[in-house]
Amino acid sequence: MPDIVPIFIILTKIVILTFVVVLSLVPVAVYFERRFSAVIQDRVGPNRVGIPLTLFGAKKDFHLFGLIQPIADGIKLFLKEDFTPSHVREAFYWLAPALTVVPALITVCVVPFGSPLTLPDGTKIPLVIADIDIGPLFVFSVASLSVYGITLAGWASNSKFPFIGGVRSTAQMISYEISLGLSIIPVLLYFGELNLGKIVQHQAENGWLLLPLWKDGSLCLPDLQTALFWIPAVISFFIFTISIFAETNRMPFDLPECETELVGGYHTEYSSMKFAMFFMGEYAAMVIGSALIVTLFLGGWSMGFTLDAKIADWNFAGFGIAGLIHLGVFLTKLIAFILFFILVRWTVPRFRYDQLMKLGWVVFFEAALINVFLAALIIAAPDLTKTILAVGAVLLIAVTAAVVWVAKVSEEKPKLVRA
Amino acid sequence: MPSYLFWLFATVMLIGGVAVVAFRNPVSSALSVVTCFVGLAGLFIGLSAFFVGVIQILVYTGAVMVLFLFIIMLLDLKDEAKRANSIAPVAGGIALVLAFVVQLVGVLSKPLPNQAAPVLDKASMAAAAAGFPEKGKIAESLNEGRLPDVHLIGHTLFTEYNLPLQVLGVLLLVATVGVVVLSKRQVD
Repeated sequence: MPDIVPIFIILTKIVILTFVVVLSLVPVAVYFERRFSAVIQDRVGPNRVGIPLTLFGAKKDFHLFGLIQPIADGIKLFLKEDFTPSHVREAFYWLAPALTVVPALITVCVVPFGSPLTLPDGTKIPLVIADIDIGPLFVFSVASLSVYGITLAGWASNSKFPFIGGVRSTAQMISYEISLGLSIIPVLLYFGELNLGKIVQHQAENGWLLLPLWKDGSLCLPDLQTALFWIPAVISFFIFTISIFAETNRMPFDLPECETELVGGYHTEYSSMKFAMFFMGEYAAMVIGSALIVTLFLGGWSMGFTLDAKIADWNFAGFGIAGLIHLGVFLTKLIAFILFFILVRWTVPRFRYDQLMKLGWVVFFEAALINVFLAALIIAAPDLTKTILAVGAVLLIAVTAAVVWVAKVSEEKPKLVRA
Repeated sequence: MPSYLFWLFATVMLIGGVAVVAFRNPVSSALSVVTCFVGLAGLFIGLSAFFVGVIQILVYTGAVMVLFLFIIMLLDLKDEAKRANSIAPVAGGIALVLAFVVQLVGVLSKPLPNQAAPVLDKASMAAAAAGFPEKGKIAESLNEGRLPDVHLIGHTLFTEYNLPLQVLGVLLLVATVGVVVLSKRQVD
């Protein structure tokens, strides 16, 4: 039965990449979050949970720097009483936590975790579950489903504060999806490609989008067009990263669970594992968001600086190990970016809700739109005559000035008009 | 698409569609529409129309239905769940369904001009690649045996239907401006 082997490979990839790599990054992220926040706030943080040797008569416990803390947290959440309040709408109350976790885990399937593994007989196994040509769009569309989980949680709880949290989250996620989608258009224009694997391959050969310091296998300064494109790339990077913060409901945009105003927000009525699933959904979304940023802007699995071509042929008893090295590189970048997420959470204070909406609709939406035109102008420049180029630049400046002016004017209180 | 996947997604879609009208609770109905759309997206993806399928989820499921749900929840429609069905709307609905069934039978009873579905193999793709610029992305991936559906849709939109696309953009802009004007008018 030759058909069994490819299916088996796909199943193995799904199990390993989703449940071993991404899902185990969630407790790791929680541990980092607690230790790193402790460092920021000049505390010690959880550093005790380890192997309790004193139970067996030894003099000292073996504490392992508290690395087992996430497991202890998990066991605690599993063993808590799973309480369903009597006033909730039960079916939706049970459905909501699942709806937040599942979309986050489905999006894993388009992320390229490394270059293809080479087997001794020359077959290549790509380290991506589904190598489809619509990578980022797939992630956006499936991730946009996770808003149902939060909204339903708020509504099904049938109580005031969770409901406000759910409504806030709906408005917030829909608003930021717009700037999220618009901000990567320059990136897609540059690569001319929606396949994440090919985008990373292109970056490995021609320089990362934010670090274009090599081309065709040799270190060099970027040519004028690439150097100019760095400006829209950085603008997209900023807008995209901040929108991902808002999409994952992380600080400084965690208005749906703002404790000072909403008790606990949409998950106030949840306990035990159902609460833990919201928690997991948030962290899984953070992991996927970081993975997407790393893939689009920071070279994904590539080591950069033309090192990828050098290690491409390394092998161990016939197995090409370049894929595994790339997997390690990708995970390192991913964890570094997760640490950045945590750093932001513990250093930037929470926005007010109107500030959040203004940032999304007035600043990012317009900035992303102008950025698309800027990127298009730079990419099309070699094919245009000087006059058209000048006209385009002038138009772009005029539009930018107009948008800034409109934003300034709309800041003033609108006059009351009689209907 | 393997036929069992077609049946799976078609069943999901039909169950969702029936559930929309069967449920009394508006929130349940809205979620059934979501299920229906997800099934439809699955069918699109099964037909190698990845872009259309994903846009179906992104636009209809991820944005339009979320806003529907949002409004339904804010209105908190409790009466709807209790209201009994009166005969007139049910009869009207059944009549509409019957009309569509008659139309469907009428269409299906005639032999279609091109009965065989187009094959999507390497040879036909390479033949199609000849119609596009040689060095372009479309020809490149067609020659590789992949269907570049995003590029093809973009190519068609921006060459054959460029003017309608621009007009549509202006139309949407007008609608947006109209909404802002209407909602900004405040009464004191």
